Amino acid sequence: MKIAFTAQGTTWDCMIEARFGRTDYLLLWDEEAQTLESFDNNEGKNEAHGAGPKMAKVLLDLKADVLITGNGPGENANAILGKSGVKMYVGAGDMRVKEAYEAYKAGKLPLF
Amino acid sequence: MKIAIASGKGGTGKTTLSTNLATFLGETKRVVLADLDVEEPNSKLFIDAQILKTHDTFKMIPRWVSQACTQCAQCVEVCNYNALIHIANEILVFPNLCHSCYACSELCPTQALPMEPQKMGELTHWRSDWIDGVEGRLNIGEEQAVSLISQTKKYVEKYFGDDTVKIYDAPPGTSCPMVEAIKDVAFVILITEPTPFGLHDLKLAVETVRAVGKAFGVVINQHGIGNDAVLDYCRAEAIDIIAKIPHDRAVAMAYARGELAYRSVAGFKEALRDVVAFCEAKGLL
Repeated sequence: MKIAFTAQGTTWDCMIEARFGRTDYLLLWDEEAQTLESFDNNEGKNEAHGAGPKMAKVLLDLKADVLITGNGPGENANAILGKSGVKMYVGAGDMRVKEAYEAYKAGKLPLF
Repeated sequence: MKIAIASGKGGTGKTTLSTNLATFLGETKRVVLADLDVEEPNSKLFIDAQILKTHDTFKMIPRWVSQACTQCAQCVEVCNYNALIHIANEILVFPNLCHSCYACSELCPTQALPMEPQKMGELTHWRSDWIDGVEGRLNIGEEQAVSLISQTKKYVEKYFGDDTVKIYDAPPGTSCPMVEAIKDVAFVILITEPTPFGLHDLKLAVETVRAVGKAFGVVINQHGIGNDAVLDYCRAEAIDIIAKIPHDRAVAMAYARGELAYRSVAGFKEALRDVVAFCEAKGLL
């Protein structure tokens, strides 16, 4: 499974970013390979329009199976993600990435 | 002659000045008032008017034709507004992000994105005892105001000749809709209130109007509240102060009743006379 997080930094100790399209970073945890990659969203978050769909496309290109975030994607991004099989978990806006992952594993995060 | 009434800050008196000035001028001249604040047009609330006609307005949106598409995704590349996304074997179009620029449609090598009309709002032509009015009204949820502002102006230009004074009530702010509203007028009246917030947004509006290259002057609304910082700023920047509308509870009361304040508030009418005198001196009327 590949698990993506919207995050304010690039490590397990960083805070989750509640926003989807305008997140600072996207982190991708590959459970099989045990690797944590980070993707800088500097370009996307400064878009005047359409930051959400752009991030949704990144998520699909990375072939993430799960997204863990805060508020959940907006209408435009959801139009894309809703068509994909990505499972979206929300409510992690005030957690660290590690805590959010543990909460997800424990089944404590609500599905979007 | 076209005169726009604009501001940086919202709620500083654009519509109050537009409706009063247009009707006051309408007592002696042919006048049309164009409400270009299409996201919330409210001029008509203050004017007892008959609706002459209303028609739907449309914007052009690309429709993806899957059979014609070769998945080259050039359309996604050229879109400045992220209104198209290529996922899996699909091109998704987001109409609310589209600015109807046609780039995707015209650059598509296989004509897989024909442009099609989509209703965006309504245009209404009304008439009072004194003036004509044209109002653009954007659909709720519709984000792209510029196209409707442009269509409203086109209607005004088509139906009203050079013998008619055209007053444009602009949308607030300093972004594309405001620029669209002022870009082909002869003069811009910037209305502000003499407060720190008013001054802050006036500066942004001045910067914008200068960048567009328009002659402009300032009307101070609610003169008497706040401080002298707006006056000092205009003096330092050599900006004409066209008129000062006094702060007066009677203006607010007339406004709340949906009436034109100049008819009952002498100080307001005086300020309008100053505006008219200024415009005549500039050859705008």
